[in-house]
Amino acid sequence: MNTILYKTKSDRIVDAILYLILTLFALAALFPIYYVFVMSVTPIDVVLKNGGFVIFPEKVTWEGYKAIFESPVIPRALQVTVFVTVVGTALNLIVTTLLAYPLSKKQLPGRNFFLFMIVFTMLFSGGLIPLYLVVRATGLLNTVWALIIPGLVSAFNMLIMKTFFENLPEEIEEAAKVDGCGELAALFRIVLPLSKPIMATMALFYGIQHWNAYFQGIMYITDKSLYPMQVVLRNMLQAQSVSQELLTQNPTLIQQLPPETLQMAAVVVTILPVLVIYPFVQKYFVKGFLLGSVKE
Amino acid sequence: MTRHAATETGMDALTHKQTKLARLARRVYRYRWYYLMMLPGLVYFLIYHYLPMVGVVIAFKDFNLIKGIWHSPWVGLKHFEEIFTSPDIYRTIRNTLMISTYRIIFGMLPDLLLALILNEIRVRWFKRTVQTITYGPYFLSWVIVYALAFSFLAPESGLVNTLLRHLGMNPIDFLTNQEYFRTILVTTDIWKNTGFGAVIYLASLAAINPQLYEAAVVDGAGRWRQLWHITLPGIRNVFLLLLILRIGHIMDAGFEQVYIFLNARVYETGDIIDTWVFRRGLENLEFSMATAVGFFKGVVGLVLVIGANKLAKRFGGSGIW
Repeated sequence: MNTILYKTKSDRIVDAILYLILTLFALAALFPIYYVFVMSVTPIDVVLKNGGFVIFPEKVTWEGYKAIFESPVIPRALQVTVFVTVVGTALNLIVTTLLAYPLSKKQLPGRNFFLFMIVFTMLFSGGLIPLYLVVRATGLLNTVWALIIPGLVSAFNMLIMKTFFENLPEEIEEAAKVDGCGELAALFRIVLPLSKPIMATMALFYGIQHWNAYFQGIMYITDKSLYPMQVVLRNMLQAQSVSQELLTQNPTLIQQLPPETLQMAAVVVTILPVLVIYPFVQKYFVKGFLLGSVKE
Repeated sequence: MTRHAATETGMDALTHKQTKLARLARRVYRYRWYYLMMLPGLVYFLIYHYLPMVGVVIAFKDFNLIKGIWHSPWVGLKHFEEIFTSPDIYRTIRNTLMISTYRIIFGMLPDLLLALILNEIRVRWFKRTVQTITYGPYFLSWVIVYALAFSFLAPESGLVNTLLRHLGMNPIDFLTNQEYFRTILVTTDIWKNTGFGAVIYLASLAAINPQLYEAAVVDGAGRWRQLWHITLPGIRNVFLLLLILRIGHIMDAGFEQVYIFLNARVYETGDIIDTWVFRRGLENLEFSMATAVGFFKGVVGLVLVIGANKLAKRFGGSGIW
């Protein structure tokens, strides 16, 4: 695009500097994650020998991971988070689609009213406490559903999806309706097969949100066995209590493992799923995000 | 005769109204499946968004859980008076505005810088790799980011403190030090969001007409003049729009991040409106008081966002709605 036909010497120097800066940006993004991983596998004698400063450990140990998976705390939290992510995302997708599809029909009576009603919730909310009271009144406190239902539809995601549906060619649907195809059938047989990209984007938006969710956990859950992963992780970092709980089950570990090893192993376990799927899905995120900024 | 005519026109209007209603009813009936599809979503918005808006009335009552919303006594503006006579509110408003402002000032430039540099890179695989890596952190949770900060800044084992000790300096407990709190918030915010922030600028950079650059090269414009005369004007509107939107959201200082990073020792510089509401409401169970503060914040926020959108439209941007 930016056609520079020939490069002067100073151009080349500038280029070199730019490449260097970008490399630093990339390293700055990667290094903390790498460092946490190193901390999670470095045995205490290596840490002590190097005065606490280890970037390339000469010896690794997986005891930290073994310890957190042997205790009941982390597997239970992972179970809650996986359930919320899978079931929550599925429900998000269903309800959001069923709302966005009719609203993409410009001739629908009352469409503008409903749209205004939904967009207004992006601008004003009753606040934290009234929401808490509603969640309490609807009997969701201390159930996994408190982590799913209060965020069932994101107005922002719904608008992105509606824009996508509006841009689909209408003729195919019309043809199907002439052939006696009802609205539901049209949605499922015609529209959805054409909507794979937006569905992937939405699944990722919602899925990441569920995986990373922290607030719902501390607001609505007081039963420790229902804590999602992020809450357990935050508690582990805040106090040594959870780490202690892990360690007392296996006292010999205290000799070999500094508490940081356990904390950082838990961090890596929480990052890993995101890290593994991320390279495959990141292009959808950008597409979806930019799609959302395209207004009708 | 006249009377007869009058009734006739009256009847006409009536039947006209009836046919209009009937037509609407027919249209609604024709779309009945669509309404049925929307039902779960609309019910969700009514219960979990509009019901809480009604619940705001407890800001004007002495709410307690046993009596419930309707049977708690009205107290008028008592809670608001109490709030605005306590020093807490001014501290939280100050912290909210300062943290938001720091985020705007220090957060927007790295986004722009990264986008501008990426835009200069012609080697596609390098560009794509850097992009993929730098916006990865956006997808990590604040708890994870806190954990990473912790691994660097913890007083005993943190990397920074280990370095300080090696250099013969005293370790610093960064995370519980009120002087460092805002800096840590903004730095981690930049770390998490810069790569993703650059995406928006890259999209508008890609939309600049390449012929402009070609013409500039023919006219003998070097790299810096191209940047100054073509690239920067090309993204000025996006930058202004983002700036205005961020100012519109100045009352939101990043609840989740601040709450996760916060501890009692840094309330002086770190306690924002949202964290105060959360603590007073859900930890001290002062529901009415917390709701009053939340309501105050919501109204101010609404006015600011609407104002920001008007402003964005005046600047020639398209606004957000």
